[in-house]
Amino acid sequence: MTTPDNKPTVLLVDDDDDFLFQQRLQLENAGFHVIAAQGQGQAEEIVARLRPDVAVVDVMMENPDAGFVLCHHIRKKDPSIPVILVTSVNSETGMDFDMATEEDRAWIKADALLAKPIRFEQLRGEIDRLLAAKK
Amino acid sequence: MDTLRVLVTDDEMGMRLGVVRTLRNFTVHVADVNETVTFLVDQAESGEEAMEKIRRQPPDILLLDHKMPGISGLEVLDQLADMQTDMLTIMITAYASIETAVSATKRGAYDFLAKPFTPDELKSTIRKTAARLILAKQARKLAEEKQQVRFEFLRVLAHELKAPLNAVAGYLGLIKTRELGDQLAAYDEMIGRSLVRIDGMHKLIHDLLDLTRIESGQRNRQLVTVDLLALAQAAAETMRAEADSRNITIGIHADGAACMTADAGEIEMLMNNLLSNAVKYNRDGGSVEVTLARRDPHVVITVADTGIGMTPEEIGQVFGEFVRIKTERTSHILGSGLGLSIVDKLVRLYGGEVKVESQPDAGTTFTVVLDAAPASPSLPPG
Repeated sequence: MTTPDNKPTVLLVDDDDDFLFQQRLQLENAGFHVIAAQGQGQAEEIVARLRPDVAVVDVMMENPDAGFVLCHHIRKKDPSIPVILVTSVNSETGMDFDMATEEDRAWIKADALLAKPIRFEQLRGEIDRLLAAKK
Repeated sequence: MDTLRVLVTDDEMGMRLGVVRTLRNFTVHVADVNETVTFLVDQAESGEEAMEKIRRQPPDILLLDHKMPGISGLEVLDQLADMQTDMLTIMITAYASIETAVSATKRGAYDFLAKPFTPDELKSTIRKTAARLILAKQARKLAEEKQQVRFEFLRVLAHELKAPLNAVAGYLGLIKTRELGDQLAAYDEMIGRSLVRIDGMHKLIHDLLDLTRIESGQRNRQLVTVDLLALAQAAAETMRAEADSRNITIGIHADGAACMTADAGEIEMLMNNLLSNAVKYNRDGGSVEVTLARRDPHVVITVADTGIGMTPEEIGQVFGEFVRIKTERTSHILGSGLGLSIVDKLVRLYGGEVKVESQPDAGTTFTVVLDAAPASPSLPPG
């Protein structure tokens, strides 16, 4: 979904208002159109209506695994939307995973993983990479 | 049902077979932990063979003959001294002298059987040894579980502190790079939000200290006669600013003189947490009604709000540590996730109970019933 002014649309999903505010500001300043959702439910409503170009999803929201579930649903709805999972899961919950193995990529329906706290340049880099790969 | 492995080491085959036969269908019931134990018996005809089997897999109980050709029972004990096992050794000897017993015990033997022994004597010794093993196992399991709970608590605590730190660091980063230009006023919202998140961290640390105070054994509890009405009014006062800003009214009703014997600080903690929730999870323009009553031998405190309410499933979760009901409607409400856990621990301290009635979109009522004159000193909740 490209806006009339040709900006790519990023769907940003996190239950932390401050995270949403900060990433939205930086993404908008970097020339993206941003739609924010505070949880899995809101995000799914949005995906039912719109086709964002890329989704950035936090893992722990209403439930500890809401982000995984959302990821899965987005993938089912439209496999062409790349998903970036943002997580503090690795270091804190002991739920250890990464995207290194084929097996992990199979069950984690995400195209990239970023650990919190994320650096914006890193997020920006992943978004650019995934958007370029789509074309 | 638990099975303990027994290794009988004796150069006399008759002795080994006797033990095997006696323990084959023998069961021990350990009443303290309601566990029934059976035995699986293996044999070794020399100290050397026993050591080999023990090195491969130590049994739970070693029946060890003292006098054998090759290495003796006492030498086996010496070799076992360096091994880290939970195995208990029972020495068997024909020379039931005090010296042998002392010497075996010094080397780590748990008990002693004098040859010749009857099946009943064997059973009685095994019964005692098995009970000791099972109780030790159980104690270890409990200690491990307790430690696991502690780790889990610290892990979640780290997460709860990291989230606001990330938020504040994020805002500072945006201010540093002048993301909104050079006018300081443009950053007011970021600074305001940072302060809110720092407040949240303060509240979390405050609640942690409260929890620690409750759990650390109440060394400084002072049980005196406290007036619930005065404490409720004080708690209402601390919530006044937030309630006023959202047009929420707080009413307090005392049915007669509502006094009890308690530590004033603890009851204040209880009231503060209940009232804080009633205001935070209320709707704008809603109300909070606190009623206090003495119903001998109890006091009853109810705090009713007109807020967003909870589903039965959510009610089942709210007393857990760091549990915050996360929905899109509550995501803007800040809290440590420890408030109701504190309430629960306090209520248990007063031999009381807390009940929750709630209806989504209508409101929640917490009813706390406490012993008006609790025994002193109370045991800390486990």
